[in-house]
Amino acid sequence: MIFLKAFLIGGLICVIGQILIDTTKLTPARILVLFVVLGVVLGGVGLYEPLSKWAGAGANVPLTGFGNVLAQGTKKAIGEDGWIGIITGPLSSGAAGITAALLSGLAVSFVAKPKEK
Amino acid sequence: MSISKKQYSKMAEKASPPSPKLKNSLKAFLIGGLICCIGQGLFEVYSIYFSLSEDNAKICVSITLIVLTAVLTGIGVFDKIAKHAGAGTIVPITGFANAVVSPAMEFTAEGHILGTAANIFKMAGPVIVYGTAAAFVYGLIVYIFKLY
Repeated sequence: MIFLKAFLIGGLICVIGQILIDTTKLTPARILVLFVVLGVVLGGVGLYEPLSKWAGAGANVPLTGFGNVLAQGTKKAIGEDGWIGIITGPLSSGAAGITAALLSGLAVSFVAKPKEK
Repeated sequence: MSISKKQYSKMAEKASPPSPKLKNSLKAFLIGGLICCIGQGLFEVYSIYFSLSEDNAKICVSITLIVLTAVLTGIGVFDKIAKHAGAGTIVPITGFANAVVSPAMEFTAEGHILGTAANIFKMAGPVIVYGTAAAFVYGLIVYIFKLY
């Protein structure tokens, strides 16, 4: 059942992105920014966590989920460390994703042949 | 036989193939949904077989999908899927990973430091910048109104 929910919600979030690409002049890079910021906002006002509980990876895997992680992580950091958490929270909570992407990008760039331009 | 403009547009609509927008959205839905299902499967594996906490399992799902995307991008398969999937591969975390790996590969021709390293966040940088900025603003609000 959780797989069906993940499929439906994850698919729907992607459809929103596709409609934005097809009907507006937003480039994929802008869509990514929009979705992350949207995730922070929805996570911030407390709407994203219930969706994440209900749809699991369907809500966590899209970039809005990454935004939600940033918001929740920042809140947690402030709870633990006080005002310094405002500064350390955002990047700390995104560290896993950013580091994984950075390192695998670096590794691939050493192995894969660059495409002919 | 004469036909009005209205009739003509109706006939044209009937004769033309279904709009690409609908097809694009359907493909994005199916592939995006499938990627999330893979994520859910990984989550189950990590939390049941590796007995990771919910938070750590989520992190490992992201890392796995990112590494998988990096490998598929490296061997040129990701671009072929992405061509059909549109937002179906852009919106999930796979899109973020691809946005890092693609320029990393592309700029190797200009060297590993000033090429790859300098351009690695060329596409994904805005996501990190605005994600961090938004979370910072949220942090300020949380701190000022003592919502933590």
